[in-house]
Amino acid sequence: MQKNSNTGSGPALSPQAAARIETGVGNRNSLWKRLLAQKHLQTMALLGVVWMIIFNYIPMYGVIIAFKEYNIVKSIAEAPWVGLTHFREFLDDENLGNVIKNTLGISLIKLFIGFPLPIIFALFLNEVRSVRFKKSIQTISYLPHFLSWVVLGGILATWLADVGIINNILLALNVIDQPISYLAEPSYFWTIVISSDIWKELGWSAIIYLAAISGVSPEMYEAATIDGAGRFQKMWYVTLPAIKSTISILFILSVSGVLNSNFDQILVLRNSLNDSASNVIDYYVYYTGILSGRFSYSTAVGLLKSVIALILLLIANNVSRKINDTSLF
Amino acid sequence: MFSLKRKTMGEATFDIVNNMIMLCICFITLYPIWYVLVNAFNNGSDAMSGGIYWWPRVFSLENFKAVFVTPGIMQAMWITVAKTVVGTAAHVFFTAMVAYALSRKNLIGGKLYILMGTVTLFFSGGLIPTFLLMRDLHLLENFLVYIIPFMFSFFDLIIFMTFFRDIPEGLEEAARIDGANDWSIFLRIVLPVSMPVLATIALFHGVFQWNDYFTGMIYINNPDLQPIQTYLYRVVAQSSSNQMMVAVQGSSVTKSVTSQSIKLATMVVTTLPIVFVYPFLQRYFVKGMMIGSIKG
Repeated sequence: MQKNSNTGSGPALSPQAAARIETGVGNRNSLWKRLLAQKHLQTMALLGVVWMIIFNYIPMYGVIIAFKEYNIVKSIAEAPWVGLTHFREFLDDENLGNVIKNTLGISLIKLFIGFPLPIIFALFLNEVRSVRFKKSIQTISYLPHFLSWVVLGGILATWLADVGIINNILLALNVIDQPISYLAEPSYFWTIVISSDIWKELGWSAIIYLAAISGVSPEMYEAATIDGAGRFQKMWYVTLPAIKSTISILFILSVSGVLNSNFDQILVLRNSLNDSASNVIDYYVYYTGILSGRFSYSTAVGLLKSVIALILLLIANNVSRKINDTSLF
Repeated sequence: MFSLKRKTMGEATFDIVNNMIMLCICFITLYPIWYVLVNAFNNGSDAMSGGIYWWPRVFSLENFKAVFVTPGIMQAMWITVAKTVVGTAAHVFFTAMVAYALSRKNLIGGKLYILMGTVTLFFSGGLIPTFLLMRDLHLLENFLVYIIPFMFSFFDLIIFMTFFRDIPEGLEEAARIDGANDWSIFLRIVLPVSMPVLATIALFHGVFQWNDYFTGMIYINNPDLQPIQTYLYRVVAQSSSNQMMVAVQGSSVTKSVTSQSIKLATMVVTTLPIVFVYPFLQRYFVKGMMIGSIKG
């Protein structure tokens, strides 16, 4: 990207750039001729641009219905402006507290338990001596990532059913007297969501860390060994610092994502009985918008969420830059 | 590399404990899947009493037979295969094509195009505006809703661009001297030498297409157009298993099959293709994740 001083900047060309576009067309100073010379390239690029305008930018324009009273009969442009009405309505909504509690509760626990576990897994997997054993564990640990949430929802429903294995074991051990319908009880919902998420993504999330660890030179470990470092000391003083910047980047992304629930997962595991623990922002947007047809209101809630998420990303990015010199941008 | 020092007692203990922990993790990963598998291969009405943990008690293939004779399931399977194949091919080809154009340093307007794409990484219209767009484009109840809206991804484009920029320029120059234009250079030179990155993106997108149930759920009501994941969602999450039994009753399946056992068999059939494919593509996606994370 450093040498493209000519892109989109009129006829002023650096010598290298001029040499680059030499495609047999005579007059290099004419923008039109240059465009014509790269008509194939431009066609390819513009197809992508048109796609982005339709599928990214038109919906971005559509966000203005958050400030309008949109209904199906009129077009977006015709709908009357209502200012911040929908935002105020959301802030006064009786579901607000619960929705925020569930969204942040699930995300923060996922962040504090689910974020460090893949790092720990990667650190210990790296200490496995047999290369073949290590590879096999890795392959097995990726497997759950490739299951869909629908299938995993089916697996969980089977496990947690009244005659499922969990109830059978607990009954056999006399921990409980009668089967519990776990998915119908709000009090179990967070545990189910968080543990199934960890089960599914532990191995997959570790890939990046393992890749970063594999870049550490063996001499570092040898030097540490000569200095008398034990396994834990090597992990702490050699391996961990080597993956520090990877951890920071992923942490920034996770923090900015706290308002995102894993919607695929929530939708599969929620039901009307556990609603008080499973109603997260993403589901609320889906419910009010698609199921209840309150298009403007739902868009307003979604927009509020994206704005806060963006602010969180910027804050996390800046904090990380100050603390350990790593940032996304 | 650890041979500099003899293994001490502590080291040996560490290795044993560590290996045991890793074995436990493997067991916890595999057993839930195994449990579903043995139950799917068990006689359905026998499985209702529970207690099948390690091996089928009354081995039976009836559940799978039922899956393959139920018209709704087969139709949904077919839709899933079609959307995965067509969707992945379209996504990889289209995104790679745009990425190739944007990776050329002399592209007029290239900076603007890249800026436009970067914006899409941070802002999106959200659920409802997207839904309204699909409606206006007449993509509701339309197979193309699985393909066109997923044809392009700027994130994947960045991964492609990173790769394309590393292609030696000499390759292209030679073709250009032979009179090839940008289009044929892309098709005949860039695509063939980019197989690893094409495979990576194809795997990621293929898994997404295969597993996605949400698109089918909100844009499609016609049962003949829903993919298997949406079908399963409607059965699993809404527990409308009766619906499945009604579908099965029309066929010549014995009484040993229950709605639960067909559900398990469907889950197994739905998952097997991916489970068989991913280990072979492992080296590709590990590499792809690395490029993605460095650029990401």
